[in-house]
Amino acid sequence: MAKENITAEKQFLTPFNVVAGIILLVGAVITILRFTKGIGAVTNLDNNNPWGLWIGFDLMCGVALAAGGYVTSSACYVFGLKKYHSAVRPAILTAFLGYALVVFALHYDVGRPWRLPYPIFYSQGTSSLLFEVGLCVFLYLTVLFVESTPAAFEWLGFKKIRAWVVRLTLVLTIFGVVLSTLHQSSLGALFQIAPSKLHPLWYSGYLHVYFFISSMFAGMSMVIFEGTLAHKWLHHKMDETHLAEAEGVVLGFGKAASFVMMGYIGIKLIGLAVDNNWHYLTTGWGFWFLVELVGFVLFPAILYGMGAREKNTTFIRIAAFWTVLGIILNRLNISVIAFNYHLPSADRYVPSFMEVGTTIFIVTLGVVVYKFITTRMPILYEHPDYKEHH
Amino acid sequence: MEFFTLHDFMTYSKGITYLIMGAILVFMPLYWLYLTDRDD
Repeated sequence: MAKENITAEKQFLTPFNVVAGIILLVGAVITILRFTKGIGAVTNLDNNNPWGLWIGFDLMCGVALAAGGYVTSSACYVFGLKKYHSAVRPAILTAFLGYALVVFALHYDVGRPWRLPYPIFYSQGTSSLLFEVGLCVFLYLTVLFVESTPAAFEWLGFKKIRAWVVRLTLVLTIFGVVLSTLHQSSLGALFQIAPSKLHPLWYSGYLHVYFFISSMFAGMSMVIFEGTLAHKWLHHKMDETHLAEAEGVVLGFGKAASFVMMGYIGIKLIGLAVDNNWHYLTTGWGFWFLVELVGFVLFPAILYGMGAREKNTTFIRIAAFWTVLGIILNRLNISVIAFNYHLPSADRYVPSFMEVGTTIFIVTLGVVVYKFITTRMPILYEHPDYKEHH
Repeated sequence: MEFFTLHDFMTYSKGITYLIMGAILVFMPLYWLYLTDRDD
């Protein structure tokens, strides 16, 4: 008996659990401080910079990197590319957790979080972009929740309700694509109302288009990146179908991402040309802009292309990780780094360590919940009772 | 490049934009061929 207890303790005290436990504990302390002392006690936000890391990373990057849900499900169910079917459930789960954590993070960032449902149920500001973003995120989170329930129903053995939800798959997928098109672009459009605050190299009349197009390759890259991590740490949870289809998913998504990224670079150049912003490229901000565009879009696009052509999955997996970093850099550039660029350095926003701590806490929470679900529910494998059901 | 009228500016910036659009129209199909020509 004592031996069993020691083994169970050893299994629980893994390096992952210990590190995650410490981060969650620190996050819990910051959470208590945030909700007892107020937003000013834990952040460096002020009237010049009311949106900081929590919006720039938790929301902007969270939504962009959760785009894998609509990209994968539309590839499989709308375009009929069934060879990507095994990637749908992990992508939907990642998207659902991503959006759920976006809403969770918003509770920290807004002054009165209990009023978050107000724009939906109480006072609709139909002329506001934020209302549109809020409504879409609310509806899409609901769609993702319903889309991810079949795995839970299979785990719980609820056959009838699972069959009922599976029948809604195509409708939910189309609804998800429509909602994603709307709010992914609207997040970019939010910054179009601040032309004097955002540096001209990042500001553009096409900002909403940039956000939507970049969300596509952000989603595909995230699916590949998350798949790479799952193969490393959760390999034992994958069935033969998942393992057999994995390479096809990586090659197919890598090829698509490369093509979309090249198109994205094209429209970024058009944006520069329309506003005649070429002269900014020789400044310090121009150098930083080129680091983002060449280093984190063109380079991974070429790497993706070479990987897809040579069938080299290592190239594609490196490109996926690099692209995820590039998306984070792009969203932070727009919402934090190149925002209020004209302010003196003393007035510039730098996140406090507690803001950074909260962000790490929320990401860790997502990883822990993902691990909890994938080790229990049929996400990376098909439930033996439902193999013929799709 | 100095501009004295909006018309000057639009002629210049739109001219460059159309050249870039033409280049994209040529480049993208070629790039797609590069990506797919080794597929089965």
